[in-house]
Amino acid sequence: MSAVASVFKRELALAWRTGGPAAPVGFFLGATTLLPLAMGTDRALLQSAGPPLIWVTAALAALMTLERLFQADLEDGSLDQLLLGAAPMELIVLAKGAALWLAVGLPLAIAGAPAAIALQTPLAAVPAIVASLALGMAAFIGVGLIGAAVTAGVRRGGVLIALIVLPFFAPAIIFGAAVAGHGGFGAAFLMLAGCALGAVALGPVAAAAALRLQAE
Amino acid sequence: MLDALANPQRFMAFSAWATPALALLAALLFAVGIPWALVYSPADYLQGDSARIMYVHVPAAWWALMIYGFMGVASLIGLVWRHALADVAARAAAPIGATFAGLCLVTGSIWGAPTWGTWWEWDGRLTSMLVLFITYLGYLALWSAIEDEAKAARLAAILCLVGVINLPIVHFSVTWWSTLHQPASVFRPGGSAIDPSMLAPLLIMAGAYAALFGALLLANMRAAIYQRRVEAAMTRRARSA
Repeated sequence: MSAVASVFKRELALAWRTGGPAAPVGFFLGATTLLPLAMGTDRALLQSAGPPLIWVTAALAALMTLERLFQADLEDGSLDQLLLGAAPMELIVLAKGAALWLAVGLPLAIAGAPAAIALQTPLAAVPAIVASLALGMAAFIGVGLIGAAVTAGVRRGGVLIALIVLPFFAPAIIFGAAVAGHGGFGAAFLMLAGCALGAVALGPVAAAAALRLQAE
Repeated sequence: MLDALANPQRFMAFSAWATPALALLAALLFAVGIPWALVYSPADYLQGDSARIMYVHVPAAWWALMIYGFMGVASLIGLVWRHALADVAARAAAPIGATFAGLCLVTGSIWGAPTWGTWWEWDGRLTSMLVLFITYLGYLALWSAIEDEAKAARLAAILCLVGVINLPIVHFSVTWWSTLHQPASVFRPGGSAIDPSMLAPLLIMAGAYAALFGALLLANMRAAIYQRRVEAAMTRRARSA
């Protein structure tokens, strides 16, 4: 089996063993519970503010999972082994990101459905929210790989990675919230898909460059 | 010339006279520009004298963008050609650029309050400029967070290059989207649209900001090189003790 495929399988197995999506989805659902408690029960307000707030909470949940992505590998030396291997580092980083999306991103997107319904979103708009979250998590992970790679050696770098990565979350959040709020698979959805594809294509390149520097 | 200045000794010799020269030039240009801009230039036909904040706001915005571009080029040169002082230059330019970006945001907000009726608006230009300011802060935070100087330099260089994509977004935000902020008046196809009586003090102020940036950049770089020498000397002393 190729090195990239085995890294992908290893990441999935690790995620499964450490509870998988439990912590990020739990945080996501807990945070979206706080919102109506803070906003009151005005139905119209919840309907208009709900989907964008779901998006912001999903972005923060993504930040949570990115922090330790490369730190463990840097500390125990497996990063050096991966760099010495035959497979290009860019593909290995892409495999890690894809495994993270499968293990955390997709469950978060699916968890967006009950969260949206709890925030009084009409049922017809929920598929657009779930689809936009799935693409959005791909965009967040793609860009977050860069932040995780650059801060891999920093102890307690959680807030630092947020500061570095949040500016690059902005386009995905703008277009994703537009899709979630007004529903429909129109122009905003295409822009969101563009952000996700760009992040997935370019994020691993920059992250691999940073990881090579980390291992020196 | 960049190659010649890669030698720290030669750079220190160059900056020893260049820094006070640029500081003097900045002082002269501000001495000419500030009275001209704030007192002697014509008042705006609609906004009156409150538009004079433009002479502070616009050069700060220009230079916040151009300094980030400078940092991007310096980061690229440091990563690719391993120029000895490129990383020092990028690190030294960052706080100056961040201050200009903050100045741009604050003066813009002060200008907008009476003229637009709002202190802030989430349109394309203001949002992307705020993103640039946060990118500056993230860059500075990353430098401070990593202990190994050489590694911090390389990683911050990568971060800076990733953020360069925001520069065309900031510049073209007023043409791509309908924004509250006015469209481009100087850097636009077809040349400047500003009357020469206002363009001249604006360019003088821009030159003053440029000289100020140059002087502060060289001063920061000199301080960084001195700090390196002090740390090297302390390491030598600790090792031989």
